[in-house]
Amino acid sequence: MKNIFLISAVVISAGIFIPLSCSKSVDGRTDNLAPLQPAKTDINAGTWTPVLLTGPTEFAVAAPIATNTPEYIAQVNEIKTWQADLNNDEKAIVKYWSAGAVLRWNELLRELVAKHNLPPYQNADGTYPAPSANNPLAYPQFPFANPPYAARAYAYVAAAQYDALVAAYYYKNLYKRAAPYNVDATVTALIPKSDLPSYPSEDAVVAGAAVETMKLLFPGDQDFIQQKFEEHMRARLIAGANVRSDLDAGEALGKAVAQKFVTRARGDRAGAAAGTPADWAKLESDCIARGETPWYSLESPKRPPMLPMFGKVKTFLFDSLTAVSLRPGPPPSVSSEKMKAETEEVLNYTKNDSRENYRIVHFWADGVATYTPPGHWDAIAAEDFITKNYSEVRWARNMALLNMALMDAAIVCWDTKNYYYNPRPCQLNPAIKTLTGVPNFPSYISGHSTFSGAAAAVLEYIVPENAAKYNALAAEASNSRIYAGIHYRSDCVVGLQVGKNIGTYAANRGKTDGAGN
Amino acid sequence: MSLTQVSAQTDIDALMMSKNNFCVGPMYTYSSWKEYWEGTFKRDNANLGTVSSQMFSVMGNYGISDKLNVLFGLPYVKTKASQGTLHGQEGFQDLSLWVKWMPIEKKVGKGVLAVYGLGGVSFPVSNYVADMLPLSIGLGSTNVTFRGMVDYQLKDFFATGSASYVLRSNVDIDRTSYYTDELILSNEIEMPDAAQFNLRIGYRTNRMIAEAVVNNWTTLGGFDITKNNMPFPSNKMNATTVGVNLKYNIYAVDGLSLTGGGNYVVAGRNVGQATTVNAGIFYILNFTNKKTISKSPKTN
Repeated sequence: MKNIFLISAVVISAGIFIPLSCSKSVDGRTDNLAPLQPAKTDINAGTWTPVLLTGPTEFAVAAPIATNTPEYIAQVNEIKTWQADLNNDEKAIVKYWSAGAVLRWNELLRELVAKHNLPPYQNADGTYPAPSANNPLAYPQFPFANPPYAARAYAYVAAAQYDALVAAYYYKNLYKRAAPYNVDATVTALIPKSDLPSYPSEDAVVAGAAVETMKLLFPGDQDFIQQKFEEHMRARLIAGANVRSDLDAGEALGKAVAQKFVTRARGDRAGAAAGTPADWAKLESDCIARGETPWYSLESPKRPPMLPMFGKVKTFLFDSLTAVSLRPGPPPSVSSEKMKAETEEVLNYTKNDSRENYRIVHFWADGVATYTPPGHWDAIAAEDFITKNYSEVRWARNMALLNMALMDAAIVCWDTKNYYYNPRPCQLNPAIKTLTGVPNFPSYISGHSTFSGAAAAVLEYIVPENAAKYNALAAEASNSRIYAGIHYRSDCVVGLQVGKNIGTYAANRGKTDGAGN
Repeated sequence: MSLTQVSAQTDIDALMMSKNNFCVGPMYTYSSWKEYWEGTFKRDNANLGTVSSQMFSVMGNYGISDKLNVLFGLPYVKTKASQGTLHGQEGFQDLSLWVKWMPIEKKVGKGVLAVYGLGGVSFPVSNYVADMLPLSIGLGSTNVTFRGMVDYQLKDFFATGSASYVLRSNVDIDRTSYYTDELILSNEIEMPDAAQFNLRIGYRTNRMIAEAVVNNWTTLGGFDITKNNMPFPSNKMNATTVGVNLKYNIYAVDGLSLTGGGNYVVAGRNVGQATTVNAGIFYILNFTNKKTISKSPKTN
């Protein structure tokens, strides 16, 4: 009888332990980048036009201590102490951060957006709780980083980093303090050497601006943000790229400039974008008064529209009157033949749900728990910018142009959506089954199309040789929403055009900001 | 989100085909759930209603020898949500192939002890969408399963226990990034392996088998569905089911048998609380000229 148990035990254990060990860990596309080695230093970037700053000297940066002082020598010795005994973790953070400060902070921001892009779960009575910035860790956590929220977050962080870098480069050129590896030959440069003066540190400026703006945008994630900040600063010391006074001055400047953006953000009307039940009722009754069928939520229980007052948020690239003028004319009337035909077209696409259409729909869906369409365009842009070897200030300038366009696209798009309050295709015809989730806001115009049109227009200015690629991507993103069964053709065609109009403002700004391309 | 990956019928029971016998037949499975576990939080979802899947499979089992069998199973799966707007999915799912070996069969005490070793592989035979849970028809990974099994039959009663380790390959999806508990900038998902434990106890004669089954599937890793999020292929999907099966040999037609069964998820994590029923008809083709005479209730 003993044998039975013995044999059983051996055989059953074999089933558990035989498996081979093989590594399955997945590498991200930017996990193993080469260190950033700018093709040009952009040393004159202090003359570029900032977004909010009145000029590069709005926030003063004191002259650095001389490199022959005992204090500076002590700071160089701090680097040498790190470098004398490096462990693998320390080497890994140097490698990670050397890919570029603007890039890494943009990725971290995208990560926080994806983490927080979750619609709140309903209350027992069928209503929905709203996240509170004053209590960000209570459920539902603040923020719900939906596409408009995300677009605004990307814009503020990028624009603050750009302005802070314009100021930083001004002071770099003014004080011309060399990097520690250029001051002391016994400091090893663990990253590519550069002639760019190191005071104030461009990395600390980028990180400081990020910390200050992200504290406002993701108040519940301050520990994570602060830990990344400290790691970033440590990486710069270990790499021999900055002494502590470079970093301290950069952090202070980055935070000071970012404060100006935080002040703007507190007053940009985004805080009221959720609207009130009275606002929601008025959107519906205004639509009915125009003789149209109003949008209603297809979720169960019905969820209030996503940030219906976001169209009132203050734009970056043009004034509020221009924003209203960018709103397109009305969609086809719900009762029109054209609308019937467009609804039929959507139905046909969803009935013929080819595998290729799923690929396109899911590639662009950027829905719940993702970094949203603006984040997707940041990813597309970043992967191209990596190949261009931009300086940090040019990285920031290009990301700021892109993300200001995406934020303004969100504003004009949300204004249009809630002005016309047009129903989704599957509201008009419940036989339409969608290839991805139906967004909880009105249909006209398509957000994906507006974002994509804007992004393509900016990126084709920044990287002209990729113009055809960006326009093809934008067209595919736009069409994906028809294939998915969640937008009519009019939503997409008009959205793409409105987006391009907005993107052109950013491109025009780029043409006159002094940076050139 | 539902673990209804039907594989060849007898990859987890103690039945063996005799040499040169080939048992083959169709099987229909219906599985549905209304409530599911979002992590450990049990909920329903009015945007899904009842999620159901229908599975039409063909399965076969061939006796290379009395002690060595090969098996296959190929299901066509169709899913649907009764509420909300999401499009149902359908298509051929994963082909599974097994080798089943019974190295030991001997009298121990008053009964007969048999020991089995099984190896299986399953892989998608169509390019179905794995990243549209809970409506995806499968998870998209290629799996290699190692299973040890022991059966003891005493008169007309038996008990079978098995343990399996399931190696699962990574899965490629259509998007270029996704969030687990961190942001991954890749279209490749790291799939955690899984373990499966199965215990079946019942009555087994040449005429029929009636058994009660407890099964546990445990994902070795993975992450929980975050609150009000959609499920993801590399979630930590665990399920314990209890069920019953019946197999009846129709003596009037030599080699014909009917099977039926059902099970219910009694505990789970990141899966639907599914009720599953199935029915099948199997026929034994005898490639020798001998009449199919069962030597033991375990052998067809």
